Amino acid sequence: MSDRLSRMFARCAAENRAALGIFITASDPDVDTSQAILDHLPGAGADMIEFGMPFSDPMADGPAIQASSQRALRAGGSLARTVGMVRRFRDRDGTTPVVLMGYYNPIYSYGVARFLDEAAVAGVDGLIVVDLPPEEDEELCLPATRAGLPFVRLAAPTTRDSRLPAVLRNASGFIYHVSITGITGTRAVPTDLVRDAVARLKAHTDLPVGVGFGIRTPEQAAAVARVADAAIVGSAVVTAIAESLDADGRAGERTVPAVLELVGSLAGGVRDARR
Amino acid sequence: MPATAATNTFRAGPDEDGHFGSFGGRYVAETLMPLILDVEAAWSQARSDPDFWSELRSYHVQYIGRPSPLYLASRLTEHFGGARLYFKRDELNHTGAHKINNVMGQALLARRMGKTRIIAETGAGQHGVATATACALFDMECEVFMGAEDVERQRPNVDRMRLLGAKVHPVTSGSATLKDAMNEALRYWVSTAETHFYIIGTVAGPHPYPQMVRDFQSVIGEETREQMLRAEGRLPDTLVACIGGGSNAMGLFYPFLDEPEITIYGVEAAGHGIDTDAHAASIAGGRPGVLHGNRTYLLQDDDGQITEAHSISAGLDYPGIGPEHSWLHETGRVQYVSATDTAALEAFALCSRLEGIIPALEPSHALAFLATIIGDLPKDHLVVMNMCGRGDKDLEAVLPRLDAMGLL
Ligand SMILES: Cc1ncc(COP(=O)(O)O)c(C=O)c1O
Repeated sequence: MSDRLSRMFARCAAENRAALGIFITASDPDVDTSQAILDHLPGAGADMIEFGMPFSDPMADGPAIQASSQRALRAGGSLARTVGMVRRFRDRDGTTPVVLMGYYNPIYSYGVARFLDEAAVAGVDGLIVVDLPPEEDEELCLPATRAGLPFVRLAAPTTRDSRLPAVLRNASGFIYHVSITGITGTRAVPTDLVRDAVARLKAHTDLPVGVGFGIRTPEQAAAVARVADAAIVGSAVVTAIAESLDADGRAGERTVPAVLELVGSLAGGVRDARR
Repeated sequence: MPATAATNTFRAGPDEDGHFGSFGGRYVAETLMPLILDVEAAWSQARSDPDFWSELRSYHVQYIGRPSPLYLASRLTEHFGGARLYFKRDELNHTGAHKINNVMGQALLARRMGKTRIIAETGAGQHGVATATACALFDMECEVFMGAEDVERQRPNVDRMRLLGAKVHPVTSGSATLKDAMNEALRYWVSTAETHFYIIGTVAGPHPYPQMVRDFQSVIGEETREQMLRAEGRLPDTLVACIGGGSNAMGLFYPFLDEPEITIYGVEAAGHGIDTDAHAASIAGGRPGVLHGNRTYLLQDDDGQITEAHSISAGLDYPGIGPEHSWLHETGRVQYVSATDTAALEAFALCSRLEGIIPALEPSHALAFLATIIGDLPKDHLVVMNMCGRGDKDLEAVLPRLDAMGLL
């Protein structure tokens, strides 16, 4: 059961700061390196981990996360392996929330009930499934909520006010505001619009609001952290992984440190934002 | 409730959420969802507006060249020595395939919605050419996403699209074929949804596309019914069509679904063979899953990763199938069968030689399957095959193969 998410948001609120959410794809660039990155993310400053479930056809993702998913699949990534990595992470970290993020087909293929059981036991704290809008809540959102796993809903710039109640109705955990009208990693976060977007959501919900898509730098993370409850960074992190690989696409000595250094600098941006 | 066999109609689907039994639906990212709902609202209004249909019908007659003939292929009939074989000649449509039937409908809908910028995905290039054509006619901007591999094997259609003023984006991600073109078109649409209309080329995608495309293609079956009544004084006994996503097939089948005495076959592409891993037969070799906005039969591995399809025919090279077909399969109303690359090539050559009709590789699959059953059907049995496209686009790819097979 996930009180880890709400406790984490409460802890950050008490420190008067936003949380830093870091996205990586499970098994990118290989299972062991990915586990090492995952295990060290909290120490580097990540407050919450969006752990990507690799998928062959990531329709809402740009080139960086597409490539990350491909690397993970080539390395033998699978849904069962992703859940297993969370289980190992939980042996050493009992407080940092891990939210699985991805697409529905691997979960549907695995079997929703079996997946929810195993994810809860492994210590998963929530789900973000990009291709399940509220119109399809019977599929996974409601069963997950009944099983005690928060279903984090995405809200987009195209989500009109009239639709917000439907989007928020069965949401739990937090609300993930997609900052751009587009796919991941292709445009910079429009920091000037984020304040109003967060305020609009806050008028309709008491859940924390995280913002992602398009945050690359500590400065952008800080700008988002001033107005939202969490800043979430993905494409920049998996790009750091990609840039650290050798010519054959294998992880090197620099892979884990490169990611952790980037996370450290993003954490600095988030922590200083409201000073 | 969607139609089920028990309610005695196969024509009532989808339900208001776009489900055909357990298939269909709207599995898209939130960024797109409001726009999908806009399309649905505009479509449901247009669907019940007689003016919309009468405008579309005038384009059928004056621009597409409808009705297409129902032609008795007498030399092939004689060759097989069984049932009477009719071709529904949608290869004679302007632009050379059935795709334009759907495109004109969606382009008129886009215009009603005030959208002047159009996106399309294409496999064989026929849907891309049809979309580029409608955009030229209606003065709309046109961007077509096409797998890089298909750009190579369907060159003539790429040239046609460019000439018509469309911008062609070669897609290199994944297997660089139709599935990836659709991913990329959807990604682009997510970024441009406020301004662009996405004209999907087959009975797939999120609701309302499967229903909308089926309705636009149903003119094929409606004409066939009238024409067969005139020619033979009765309805056909057997219908056959090839299946990529399944739009030409739905168009032929839909008006006949509630005639229980009619046998209906959908022909998937068996590539190198159903028992290999190089085919595109989602029903024969796949299982239900969720991709491109709907639940349907998909080629996938044990982990739910979508696998690459293979077919010599770019138009059939897709790891999924429209959700209504999945439902028609599960209810048993339509039988889904397949034909290999080699069998399709033989049919391609045979039809050219005997009928003076060069078929596209896609309907060559339908003919290849027919060749395995038609000789055993009685001589007064009436078969209709959808000749949904012509083969000019395929010559470059097909001729060396036919040469090697000694069929030239
Ligand atoms: C001539 C022709 N037939 C069939 C198809 C397959 O599509 P569908 O199954 O939607 O009819 C295509 C697609 O490109 C085509 O060009």
